[in-house]
Amino acid sequence: MKLDVDALHLVLPGGQRALAGVSLGVARGERVAVIGPSGAGKTSLLRILGLALRPSAGRLALADVDPWVLPARALQQLRGRIGMIHQAPPLPPRQRLVTAVLAGRLGAWGLWRGLASLAYPADIAGARDALGRLDLAERVFDRCDRLSGGQLQRVGVARVLYQKPDLILADEPVSALDPQLADQAVGELHREAQSRGVTLVASLHAVDLALKWFPRIVGLRDGAVVFDCPPVRVSDAMLHELYATESQTLPVQGGAPLAHPEPLSRASRRGAQPLCR
Amino acid sequence: MPLAGAAAAPRDPALPARVALTLVVLLLLWPALELTEFDPGKLFEPGNLQMMGRFLGTFFPLALGADFLGLVLRSALETLALATAGMALAVALAAPLSLAVSESLSVSRIGPAPLAGLRRLLRAPLRLLLVVMRSIPEIVWALLFVRAVGLGPAAGILAIGINYAGMLGKVYFEIYEAGDTRPARAVLEAGGGRLHAFFYGILPVSLPELVSYTVYRWECAIRASVVMGFVGAGGLGQQMELSMRMLAGGEVATMLVAFFLLVMLADAISALLRKVLT
Repeated sequence: MKLDVDALHLVLPGGQRALAGVSLGVARGERVAVIGPSGAGKTSLLRILGLALRPSAGRLALADVDPWVLPARALQQLRGRIGMIHQAPPLPPRQRLVTAVLAGRLGAWGLWRGLASLAYPADIAGARDALGRLDLAERVFDRCDRLSGGQLQRVGVARVLYQKPDLILADEPVSALDPQLADQAVGELHREAQSRGVTLVASLHAVDLALKWFPRIVGLRDGAVVFDCPPVRVSDAMLHELYATESQTLPVQGGAPLAHPEPLSRASRRGAQPLCR
Repeated sequence: MPLAGAAAAPRDPALPARVALTLVVLLLLWPALELTEFDPGKLFEPGNLQMMGRFLGTFFPLALGADFLGLVLRSALETLALATAGMALAVALAAPLSLAVSESLSVSRIGPAPLAGLRRLLRAPLRLLLVVMRSIPEIVWALLFVRAVGLGPAAGILAIGINYAGMLGKVYFEIYEAGDTRPARAVLEAGGGRLHAFFYGILPVSLPELVSYTVYRWECAIRASVVMGFVGAGGLGQQMELSMRMLAGGEVATMLVAFFLLVMLADAISALLRKVLT
């Protein structure tokens, strides 16, 4: 799904400005990582893209339509094509994994199949496959409250994989996973995106993970895009400026050094704001 | 003499407020006691004590005749059936009503929903309906329905069903809103409908609380049925009323024991369900 946002503003109910003029165009099948310090507006941006929040001002278009002018039924169908992975998966503690995963497709199933699936799971094999891609296949009949935080996060990923949406939005999808599992989970999202032409927008805390997997990196700070570059053009200096840290401790998940110490001067000499695009 | 350190300790600044609150509560209680002419001293006046003693004395010995015990058993089962059927009716009425008035299930909060305006318009009168259903006491409902369907358990079932649906509906939707509503929202945001959001998001979160409150209300319904028996709505209460009118204290006492056992049963079932569901 293609998405375009233009001069997006969001003022939270408390009066706090979460987004201050974000413009971004993402083509169908493109994979974008959004990085930035806490409070930069990453979650707000994803929630607006996921139609969970309405922007205060600015233009939003999903697949070339403004979702907020759609009639209710069409909006609901559009929502069914968007898969959101939450940092803390919103799963009821007593729900079984099979139900939690199958819930991903409720939008496509319609009322009666959705309700019947509570009596007997409508697609055990499908749920098992989705969980299997995250090494949780044998937990399919376990309850969510028997899982650790990291396992739960992977259930959230499995649910969206099972949903088969056209747009996957992931808000810190692997923050509770160790580096190896995080790599696997992000890898599965990429395989899904590439094999089906799904657009993927993920906010990531670990910069190295973003640089490794995503062909496009968007740096967000104070509710505005600071840079929008392919990973090879993202320099250490840009990252340090993004996170406003003089020290060498950028948020990474592994201990590996970040690969591209490209001088900032070359990029900034072009004079364009934001950098790169 | 207090220690030097203790003398220097500051006074608790909350003291004046607490004293004032205590005085206000007492001042508010006083007119209530005056108004109801409540005088605990009367309890212990010798004449009154004797009267109560004589009344309680008639409870013994318990009436344990085989015929009577059979009658008590039949009435107890009737009470149990009355309370259960009444609760079933109450749940059947309260479940859709609580869903309709619950806002955490409202799709309109995250964008236009089909008939959103109409739903918002309906919510206020539905809430009012719940208030009416529970603010009219079950005994009044029973008196009303006794006139419609005649003496017997049917009137009791209807009275409990209507009255308790009002209470259940209110408490149900408060339980929905008090729980974690993120799962329901997530279902709505992924294109699911309102009922999907309820069954996949709200129910698994709040089921134990819903069951525990419903079973507690069932216990209340068993007790309420005694009061309604007095107006002829059937069950153990109706028998008790007859026995009281005939001044057969032993029979009343036996039926009180039966009541006690029924409430114990409800308590055990509630504990069991809570253990199974959590």
